[in-house]
Amino acid sequence: MQAFTGLSIFTILMLMALGLAIVFGLMGVINMAHGELMAMGAYTTFGVAQFFKAFLPGLMSIYVIVGIVLAFIVTSIFGFLLERGLIRFLYKRPLDTLLATWGISLILQQVYRQFIDSREVEVPTVSWLQGAWQMTEGVTLPLSRLFIVGLAIATAFLVYMLLFRTRWGLRIRAVTQNRAMAGAAGIDTRRVDSFTFALGCGLAGIAGSSFTMLASTGPTTGQQYIVDTFIVVVFGGVESLLGTILSAFIIGQMQSWFEYGMSGSMARASILALVILVLYFRPNGLFAAKVRR
Amino acid sequence: MAQMILEVEDLTVSFDGFKAVDGVNFYVEQDELRCVIGPNGAGKTTLLDMICGKTKPTSGTIKFNRRELSEMLEYQITRAGVGRKFQNPSVYEDLTVLENLEISYPRKRNVLGSLFFRRSSEIQGKIESVAHQIYLGDSLGMKAGLLSHGQKQWLEIGMLLMQDPELLLLDEPVAGMSPREREQTAVLLNAISKGRSIVVIEHDMAFVRMIAHKVTVLHQGKLLAEGTMDQVQSDERVIEVYLGH
Amino acid sequence: MENVLPAAAAPAAKKSPLALMERWGWLILAVLLLVVLPLWLDVFRLTLAAKYLSLGFCAVGLVLIWGYGGILSLGQGVFFGLGSYMMAMFLKLEAASNPDSSSGTALSAFFGGEGMPDFMVWNSVEVLPWWWEPFHHVGFTIPAILLIPALSAFVFSYAVFRKRVGGVYFSIITLALSAILAIMIIGQQGYTGGVNGINDFRTFMGLDLNNDKAKHVMYFITVVTLLGVVGIGTFILRSRLGKILVAIRDREDRVRFSGYDPAMFKAFIYAVAALFSAIGGALFTIQVGLASPSLVGIVPSVEMVIYAAVGGRLSLIGAVYGSLIVGSAKTLFSENFVEYWMYFIGGLFVFVVMFLPEGLAGLLARLREGKNRRENV
Repeated sequence: MQAFTGLSIFTILMLMALGLAIVFGLMGVINMAHGELMAMGAYTTFGVAQFFKAFLPGLMSIYVIVGIVLAFIVTSIFGFLLERGLIRFLYKRPLDTLLATWGISLILQQVYRQFIDSREVEVPTVSWLQGAWQMTEGVTLPLSRLFIVGLAIATAFLVYMLLFRTRWGLRIRAVTQNRAMAGAAGIDTRRVDSFTFALGCGLAGIAGSSFTMLASTGPTTGQQYIVDTFIVVVFGGVESLLGTILSAFIIGQMQSWFEYGMSGSMARASILALVILVLYFRPNGLFAAKVRR
Repeated sequence: MAQMILEVEDLTVSFDGFKAVDGVNFYVEQDELRCVIGPNGAGKTTLLDMICGKTKPTSGTIKFNRRELSEMLEYQITRAGVGRKFQNPSVYEDLTVLENLEISYPRKRNVLGSLFFRRSSEIQGKIESVAHQIYLGDSLGMKAGLLSHGQKQWLEIGMLLMQDPELLLLDEPVAGMSPREREQTAVLLNAISKGRSIVVIEHDMAFVRMIAHKVTVLHQGKLLAEGTMDQVQSDERVIEVYLGH
Repeated sequence: MENVLPAAAAPAAKKSPLALMERWGWLILAVLLLVVLPLWLDVFRLTLAAKYLSLGFCAVGLVLIWGYGGILSLGQGVFFGLGSYMMAMFLKLEAASNPDSSSGTALSAFFGGEGMPDFMVWNSVEVLPWWWEPFHHVGFTIPAILLIPALSAFVFSYAVFRKRVGGVYFSIITLALSAILAIMIIGQQGYTGGVNGINDFRTFMGLDLNNDKAKHVMYFITVVTLLGVVGIGTFILRSRLGKILVAIRDREDRVRFSGYDPAMFKAFIYAVAALFSAIGGALFTIQVGLASPSLVGIVPSVEMVIYAAVGGRLSLIGAVYGSLIVGSAKTLFSENFVEYWMYFIGGLFVFVVMFLPEGLAGLLARLREGKNRRENV
C-alpha cells in the first residue's frame, strides 16, 4: 500500500515536473509561474465540467478527457504568448526571468481570485473513476489514482517520442544544445523556442487538469507546488528528462514513507532538507550526464 | 644543468575515454621562455589548464619548484607563483584598468585583508610602472570593457605582472593583434621574461621565432618534438603534421 | 588615497553620476527619515514606516549579495525570520513572567502555565523547551540575533559555494530553505506559535513598548541602525573587497587565477546580508509586536528582492527608498483597493525587470548623464 501511495505521488510529481524539465531543464528558463499554469489547467478542467453540467449532462462521463485536452491547449497558448511577450527578451538573464515570471504568477493568482473564485473549487467525480480496484485482500487502489498513473505514463511516453523520435524533437534538442549551430543549420531558433516553451506549459496544464481528480483548486494552489516541482527537476539533474522521472520516483517514495511516520508538512520539510543535502554532494543532480567542460 | 622550475611527468587527462593529453613529459628551466606549438586539438590549452589547476589530471605529476600542483586549488596554485593568461582576454570589464591591476596585487587576498586594504604609494607606483610597461599608462581610469581587443590582452598580461609570478602561462597572447601590436608584445615578453619563466602557446610562427628560446611541439595529446626553432622546423615529423601527408 | 599620484587621481575625481547621486541620496534620505517623517506622520503611520524600514535591512543586504555579488538569494526571509523569532522569544518570555503584561499571560497563569508562553499552554506543552531557556536573558538574545543567522549563513553558503553551486541553483536552494523554515514553524505550533506566530507582548526589558514615546524612540533607533548598516555596506563596496565582489560577479573563474578564493568572499558577503536581515527582523518584532511565518516563507523572501530592484540593485540607498516606496504602495492599496495590490506588485516585477533593470537609481543616473552630455555639447 505504501508503495502504491508512493507510486501515486510519483506520477503526480512527474506530471508536474515534466513540463518544468523541458522549460527549465532544456531551455534554462526559470518559470516561477509554472505552478499557476498548473492551476490554469485545473481551472480549465473546472470550466469544462461546469459547461458539461449545464449543456451536455448526458456526456458528463467524458468531460475529463475533454478537460485534459483543453487544459493542454489553453495553457500552451498562454505559454506561447508568455514566451513571445516576455521570456524571449530575458534569455540571457536567468535571474531576471525568475523575478519577472514571479510577477506573472502573482498577477495570475489575483486573476483566479477575482474572476473565478477566491475559494477553492472542486470538479464532480465521474462515475467511471469512482470506487476502487480491489487488487488483493486489503489492498484497494482508487480508480482516479490509477487513472493518473496511466495518464502520467502515457504523457511521459508521448513526450519521449516527441523529443527523440520526431524531426521536431530533433530541432528542439539541437537548439537547446547549441543555439548558434542550430541557427546556422537553418533552424528557426526563435520559433523552436516558442513552441518548446508552449509545450512545457501545456504539460503543466495536463498536470493541473489531473490534479482536479484528487484535490480542490484555489488561487494559491500553484504556489504551494512550485518549490517542490523545481526541487524534483534540480534533484534529477536539470539536463536529463529521465533524471527528472527517476527523481520524481525517489521523492514520491520518500514522501509516502516519511508521511507514515510524521505529519504531512514535516515530511515535506524533511524531504526538501534531505534533497538539499544530497545536492550538496552531487551539485549537478543525481542523474546528471557527464559533460566535458 | 639549469634549475628546473616546472617538471611535468607522464601527464594524462581523459574526457570520457578521449585522451586530450596523453603521457606528456614537459620541463621548463628557470628564466626560460618556452613556446608550445601544435595543430588544433593537440592539447596545448589543456596542458596549461592542468598546470594552473583549471582541469584536474587523470594521472601524472606536475611539480612546480618541487611542489606538487595537481592536488591544489586554482587560487592556491596562483598564490604559489603561477600566473595564467587565457585564450580569450579575460579582464574585469566593469572595473577600471587601475582597479584591474590593483586587484591582481598579490597581498591581502583574504576577506579581512581586502576589506581594510589601503593603496599605498608603493602599490600605486607599481601599478603605474606596470601600466606603463603594457602601454596603458594613459588609460588607468578607463573601464576595462572599453579597451580594444589587443589592449585587453596587454591588460591581462599586466595583471599577471602585478602578481609577480615565477611562472607565466600565456595562451595565444597575440591573437587578434595588429602586426605593430605583435611587435610591441614581443618586446614586452622579452622584457618581462627577465627573472621568470614563461610558457607561451602560439600559432604565429613569426612571433614564436621572435621570442622563443626553445619550442615544444604537441600533436594529438602527445609530445612530438622539442628543441630550438630551427631544429623543430627541420624535424620530419613536425613537417608531416603541419603539412599533412 | 586619491592624492597619491595625480595621473590616477584625475579620472577618479570625476565622480560617476551614480556615486554623485548616492551622496545626495544619503543627505535627502537622512533628512527625510530623521526630520520629515517624524514631524509629518502620526504614530500609527510612523510605525508603519518603521515596519518598511525593518524590511529595508533585507533589501540593503540584497544589494550587496545580488547587485554586487551576483548571487540572488531567495532566502533572506529565513534570516529576517530568525532575527524576528529570537527577539519574539525573548519578549514573549518576558511577557510570560509578568502576568499583568498581557491578557494571554494572565489566562495561561490561571490555567497553571505560569511563566510559560500562552500559546504553549493552549497547545499542552508543559515544559519550556530547552532551546527557549537562554532567551530569558537579553545578554544571550542580542548576541544570538547578531551571530546565529550570520554564522549559519556563512557555513551554509561557504559549503555550497565551494562546490561551485551558483546562479539559479543557489536561488532555488535558498527558496527551498525559506519554504522549509516556514513549514516547520507552522507545523510545530506548540513550540513556535504556528501560523499565528508569536505575539502579545508589550514590554522590552520592562519598558512599555505601546506608548507613543517608546514608538518614537524605536523608530529613531531603527533609522539610525539602518543608516549605519548602509554605511557599513558603503564601506565594504568601496574597499578592495567590493571590487573583488564585482570581479567575482562578472568573471569568477578569472578571480581564482588572481589568487582569491571566491567561495570565501561570497560566503562573507552572504553572511553580512544575513546579519543585516536578522537585525531588521529583530527591530520589526519589537515595533510591530509580532513574529510571523508569513514573513519567513517564499512570498516575503521574493518580495524583498523587489524592494532592492525598485530602488536599484546597485544602490544601497536605493534599497531603502525602494522599501519605503513599495511598502507605502502596499499600505495605500490595502487601504483603498486591496484587490489590485497583487496586480500592482506582480506588474512591478515585470516592469522593473523589463524596463528598469537598474531601478530608480539607474534611471536618475541615466537622466543626469543625459543632462551632462547636453550641457557639454
